[in-house]
Amino acid sequence: MELVFLAELAANGALTGLLYSLFAIGLVLIYKASSVPNLAQGGLTMVGAYIVLALARDIGLPLWVAIPLAAVVMFGFGMGIERVALRRLAGRPIVMILMMTLGIDIFLRGTTLAIWGGTSRSVELGVGYDPLFIGDVLISRIHLVGAAVALLLFVVFVLFFRSRLGIRLRAIADDYMASWSVGISVERGVGLSWGLASIVAVAAGVIWGEIQGVDQSLSLLLLKGLTVAVLGGLDSIFGAVLAGLILGILENVGSTYLDPFVGGGSRDLIVAAVLILTVMLRPHGLFGRQDIERV
Amino acid sequence: MFYRLSGIHHTNYVSDTRLYKIPADRNLALFLLALGLAAPFLVGSLYLNSYMLPWLVWTAAALGLNLVTGWAGQLHLGYAAVMAVGAYSAVHAAKYGLPWEFALLIGGISAAVIGSLFAFAALRVKGLYLALTTLAMQFVMDWVLTHSPAISGGSHASLQAPTFALLGQRITSDTGLYYVAFGWCLLVTIFMLNLRRTGLGRALVAVREKDYAAAILGVNSFYYKIVAFATSSFIAGVSGAILVATFFFLAAPEQFSVAVSIQVLAMVIVGGLGSIIGTYFGVALILLVPGVVNGLVAEGAGALGLQLNVESLAHIPNAVYGALIIIILMIEPLGLGKLYGNIRDYLRVWPFDQFKK
Repeated sequence: MELVFLAELAANGALTGLLYSLFAIGLVLIYKASSVPNLAQGGLTMVGAYIVLALARDIGLPLWVAIPLAAVVMFGFGMGIERVALRRLAGRPIVMILMMTLGIDIFLRGTTLAIWGGTSRSVELGVGYDPLFIGDVLISRIHLVGAAVALLLFVVFVLFFRSRLGIRLRAIADDYMASWSVGISVERGVGLSWGLASIVAVAAGVIWGEIQGVDQSLSLLLLKGLTVAVLGGLDSIFGAVLAGLILGILENVGSTYLDPFVGGGSRDLIVAAVLILTVMLRPHGLFGRQDIERV
Repeated sequence: MFYRLSGIHHTNYVSDTRLYKIPADRNLALFLLALGLAAPFLVGSLYLNSYMLPWLVWTAAALGLNLVTGWAGQLHLGYAAVMAVGAYSAVHAAKYGLPWEFALLIGGISAAVIGSLFAFAALRVKGLYLALTTLAMQFVMDWVLTHSPAISGGSHASLQAPTFALLGQRITSDTGLYYVAFGWCLLVTIFMLNLRRTGLGRALVAVREKDYAAAILGVNSFYYKIVAFATSSFIAGVSGAILVATFFFLAAPEQFSVAVSIQVLAMVIVGGLGSIIGTYFGVALILLVPGVVNGLVAEGAGALGLQLNVESLAHIPNAVYGALIIIILMIEPLGLGKLYGNIRDYLRVWPFDQFKK
């Protein structure tokens, strides 16, 4: 196995990994603010991609209008989900909240497919498919664009969490009660985090939709997104980016070497193994906050 | 109204530990039992086989999950994988020539062994992280199933189950298969009903409420978590085997995919954590209503002259299934069992509300 091949695997793995991060950032945003593991992120990603398609294809808007418009729509949609479904479950056992997000996921998937049909469609971003060579390493252009978007979103969120509103969200993430007592509206903050996560879902939906087509396979990203989020620490955005890189490289390189032994399809196995090992060895992930439990 | 009671007043311990503290409850249970026994003569064989039978088998399976999630409070998103272990080992054992009684037992025991592995995750983490670990384990099991032809049965990845037989009698009639499912569901129900008045049940509840606190009280939470996982896995394994033997007739990996795990959890939560009658309701709602609604939508569209394409129709049951979970959790997070309990509690002292405890 020559070195160039390994470098190529690693580079493309890293780019794919950053795309997982793009997905995981949405999970982290919501978990950070409200400790809700949003298993509906896959469904949201699908809805985001389908709304972009509906605006661009069915109405005929240009993409640079359709995507921001879809982001606005999804922002409201995400806040709506929080207001209608999740807020009344606050303080309930985690199993009910998990089930609620799973229910939302199933509902969103079923509804989008019932409305728009399951045939895979492409977003047609206009990114070329001809390969890009950096040195001897072949790199997919769309993955590069997606990775750039992920990094851009990461920077935006780092800056956002330094703004006044962002500090408010961080205060909510730290302590509900203390935030209430100094006059921060926790409800609004949590709603905002859902809105932001939905915008991230639009970005993820567009990029992933370009790569593998807009269909229900978008919601299958959930396991990978979850693994990235857990590995990085469920409440760390930087963790999500770094963990995305790690998982992407590990998955791409690992599966290439492992596939001949196990007869293919070892990608999912690697992802599941990373998830199990992370939870067993270091449940709070690389950069997550370790919660201490009291009796 | 039907209960004719103004509260429960026990005068001795025997009456306090009775399974049914109110005669009306016992009569209702007996009535339902009689209905279940008479079902083959009351409904047509199509309904019996495509609605009643899966309903009962899934109820038995969901009760097993309720044991570990509702009683012991451990999240489990890999339940279908455990059912798969039971189903596959039972079918393989039966194919090998063992009588089905032993095959079911082998299915249950092997599921209990594998299912206990899930418990080791539960010893390390809980809550969300446990859910994620069991989810990952489900993916691993799926992968193993689809990638090992020796287990899943060759290129078509489906495994024909031998004809079901008990005590040497081959059971092929609809009625016979129904009674097998009914008998298993009844067994599990009786076990679960009695669980809450045994030491085991109380220990599980203590572990659910707070495992540290339970440990301080001298309840070995390590031990009881493993017991909970092993028992529920045994129920899962036998239910999976019976499901394959009486309903699917062949075992395939998709029957035990991650979506099925989520579905069983949805049945338990919609039914109500720790509620037995609720589990019956929850399974009925999640299993049967989406199909019924789809039929109604198709008919309604036909009556209105609307054209619905086939693809939309195929996805409406999923949308309805998701919507049911959302709506029930919004109305009553404790599920249908709690709703039933509310009505029962209201009627029990009606019209003398002032006697409510």
